[in-house]
Amino acid sequence: MAVTEHQRLSYIASQAADARLNVELQTEEMTINLGPQHPATHGTLRLVARLDGEQVVSADVICGYMHRGYEKLTEVRTFPQVTTLINRIDWLSSFANEVPFILAAEDLMEIEAPPRAQYIRTILFELSRIANVSLFIGEMGVQLGALTPVFFAFRDREYVLNLIEAATGGRFHPNYDRIGGVKDDLPKGWIAETRATMDRLRGYCDELEDLLMGNEIFEARTRGVGVIPAAVGLNYGLSGANIRASGIDWDLRRDEWSPLAWKDLDWKVWTHPDGDSFARYWVRLQETREATRMVDQMLDGLPAGPIQAKVPRIIKVPAGESWVHTENPLGEMGYYVVSQGGLGPFRCKIRPASFNNISIVPWLLKGVYVPDIITILASLYFILGDIDK
Amino acid sequence: MLALELSFWQLTAIKTVIVLSLIPAGAVILGYVFLLKMMAHMQSRMGPMEPGGFHGWFQLVGDGIKFIQKEDIIPAEADRRVFALAPVVVLISTFLLYIVVPAGPDLVVQNLDVGIFYALAVSSLGVIGVLMAGWASANKFSLLGSLRAAGQLIAYELPLVLAVVGVVIQAETMSLQGIVGAQADGEILGIGWIGNPFILTQFVGFVIFIAAAQAELTQTPFDMPVAESELVAGYMTEYSGFRFLFFFMAEFGTAAALSAIAATLYLGGWYQPFVTGDLANIVGPLVLGAKVMLVAFLIFWMRFTFPRFREDQLQTFAWKYLIPLSLINILVTGVLKVVL
Amino acid sequence: MPELPGLAKGLGVTFRTMLETWRHGAVTVEYPKQKEAPTPRARGVIALKEENCTACMLCARECPDWCIYIEGHKEKRPPRREGGKPRTVNILDRFDIDYALCMYCGICVEVCPFDALFWSPEYEYSEAKIADLLHDKDKLGEWMATVPEPPPLEAGAVKKK
Repeated sequence: MAVTEHQRLSYIASQAADARLNVELQTEEMTINLGPQHPATHGTLRLVARLDGEQVVSADVICGYMHRGYEKLTEVRTFPQVTTLINRIDWLSSFANEVPFILAAEDLMEIEAPPRAQYIRTILFELSRIANVSLFIGEMGVQLGALTPVFFAFRDREYVLNLIEAATGGRFHPNYDRIGGVKDDLPKGWIAETRATMDRLRGYCDELEDLLMGNEIFEARTRGVGVIPAAVGLNYGLSGANIRASGIDWDLRRDEWSPLAWKDLDWKVWTHPDGDSFARYWVRLQETREATRMVDQMLDGLPAGPIQAKVPRIIKVPAGESWVHTENPLGEMGYYVVSQGGLGPFRCKIRPASFNNISIVPWLLKGVYVPDIITILASLYFILGDIDK
Repeated sequence: MLALELSFWQLTAIKTVIVLSLIPAGAVILGYVFLLKMMAHMQSRMGPMEPGGFHGWFQLVGDGIKFIQKEDIIPAEADRRVFALAPVVVLISTFLLYIVVPAGPDLVVQNLDVGIFYALAVSSLGVIGVLMAGWASANKFSLLGSLRAAGQLIAYELPLVLAVVGVVIQAETMSLQGIVGAQADGEILGIGWIGNPFILTQFVGFVIFIAAAQAELTQTPFDMPVAESELVAGYMTEYSGFRFLFFFMAEFGTAAALSAIAATLYLGGWYQPFVTGDLANIVGPLVLGAKVMLVAFLIFWMRFTFPRFREDQLQTFAWKYLIPLSLINILVTGVLKVVL
Repeated sequence: MPELPGLAKGLGVTFRTMLETWRHGAVTVEYPKQKEAPTPRARGVIALKEENCTACMLCARECPDWCIYIEGHKEKRPPRREGGKPRTVNILDRFDIDYALCMYCGICVEVCPFDALFWSPEYEYSEAKIADLLHDKDKLGEWMATVPEPPPLEAGAVKKK
């Protein structure tokens, strides 16, 4: 489309007028920089907000301070090495990062993992969800000024991390999923300990419901704050609890076929009609409880058998493309793996959940008070490693 | 009492020294017991265990020494004199509060007839110090914090004063010694030996006083000015070293002072049933200390449990709920005082 | 009974936790006076069983960080039987792992065809200088003493032959 001279000149003029207006208005507005180092942003996120008194006029999210070059790294690593690296994208629920990638590779190789392996994968996936979201439930309190819930979160989450360590060897970076199954079987006594831990976590959820969610001050701070209408959320590509809190009944565990064990379980997708920060908190609390119940069901129905299908020693994935996405704790995470028959992927596009989740922040923060910025950022719940890869 | 003839100035000097040493002592004790230990136990932690050996009792003293030996950093853009004066102003307001609180029948620095009125007036001097700190820091976040603080502290002065009016009506005097005396001499339903602590009749006033005191101390749930997760440390951001120590001592010293005033107004102060005369001068401070710890427990308990209010919600709470409630309290107290 | 306001319930939770901490103690483990034993599978440090290693370089190749440095040479050994050819064996000269780079992923332990590398839950090997984190085969061999037996598996598992 050719641009006429008139169009070009009028565009320049409008930019100049805008700039002049901004300069003239500069004396009335204050620009604050919730910089990369700030207690409120979960990591190195930068938020530049123009304030009029205590209200936000416009806000800009600047991410990328934690970019580690994952998509380039995956081009020069083999499949087992990539599995290790992608643990670190969303570090609070690391096992959940491995799963879609391994499923994509299995899809290309046309291998199916045995049922016991699928169950163990799903159990660990849900344990990662519990570890991740239980921290959110406590940590939202800290963002709002309640110091105590986050300590309960870390205390009770520790039991889940111990479980993951007992099974995989690593608390934070399990590196446990393999093409064709999982690495090791579960050690003796793990199932009983997991049941006890799930009970403990349900007690934790009840405690947090009394301490934080039922608190009138918490409700006053979060109800009606940061309302995301369902249509706007869908347009911005929100996923996970953020969109379920706006009333959209969409959960990839139920709505998309996956070889993992979710289809065998009897569970519920939680939604909330309001779409405000309180709704997002409420949905995540219910999801944590639901995840503990799902883990209990899976432990009851764990099939016996091998945990690894027959795979060649040196894995070469045949050429092809595969897109697999799963319902990760933060939202929808997906991997688009392009293989050209080599030892590693030719190209791997990572669709992290948090990047799309924070794309709504500039729209959402217009006209909001400064304390509510913190509430909204906290309720959207993003992890910087997930945003920046 | 002691059979010493001291001149007025010697006596004043001794009293000044005692009060000046009470402020850090009170701050350290309250800070250690509640901020470090009680908070830790409520969060399933242990608190300091190493410094000094037994449960880390030396932690805050060591912190104080550490602060004193730090480099004195003043931002280049800051207004130096105002910056340096601000913590001193806040500390002075704390110091002046300790003057009227009685610890025994004869143990009061100055038994003013308008004791409680004076105390409330003097506690509002701290607002000036906060504003000075925020403005002189040449930092946008500090400015935001101090403006929030000014609005909050001024708004919550009113419930504080009005809650006290109920006590004054019931005690018929503004002097703090007189209020303790009124509680000591009063009777509940004819039983005279336990006295009549005003918390029984002025329960609403007590709750309002505690809430307003919490706001005066900028404690959660009213700690918007010092909202750690937003403004780093609000008006105190640019302060380090011993200047920060002054703010810290002022905050906890005021907490101790306001708890002492609450204990005096509502719980009977230094009065212990069956203890009179000279023995009360020795037992009095201990009894007052115990009651101060009780009131401070309530204040800090609320601090560790609740999230913080937003600024406008804070103001709404003060103007639309606490003040009308305290006015109704005054009305009911006045009517009952005349009728009964 | 009317519902307690949320504020009161919250105060109840913190008060109960405080009593709980007084009665049963906190969950805190006062390291280094008390130490918690990690699980047998915990990935603490990698130990080397030198007699099994043939310097095949698989671990050094597969490491995502290339933190394993191997040098070896071939030597001739006398034949096993009379009249046979002399055998060549790989002698390991140098096997260093740079723990400043190691990601603790375990790929090297998995790919070793001769079971020369093992995981050990040992974690107290911090050094004052980063350069000191390059551990040689003697130190790696010392850690073999801390390698636990693989834990017994849950019911329903198929034992590897």
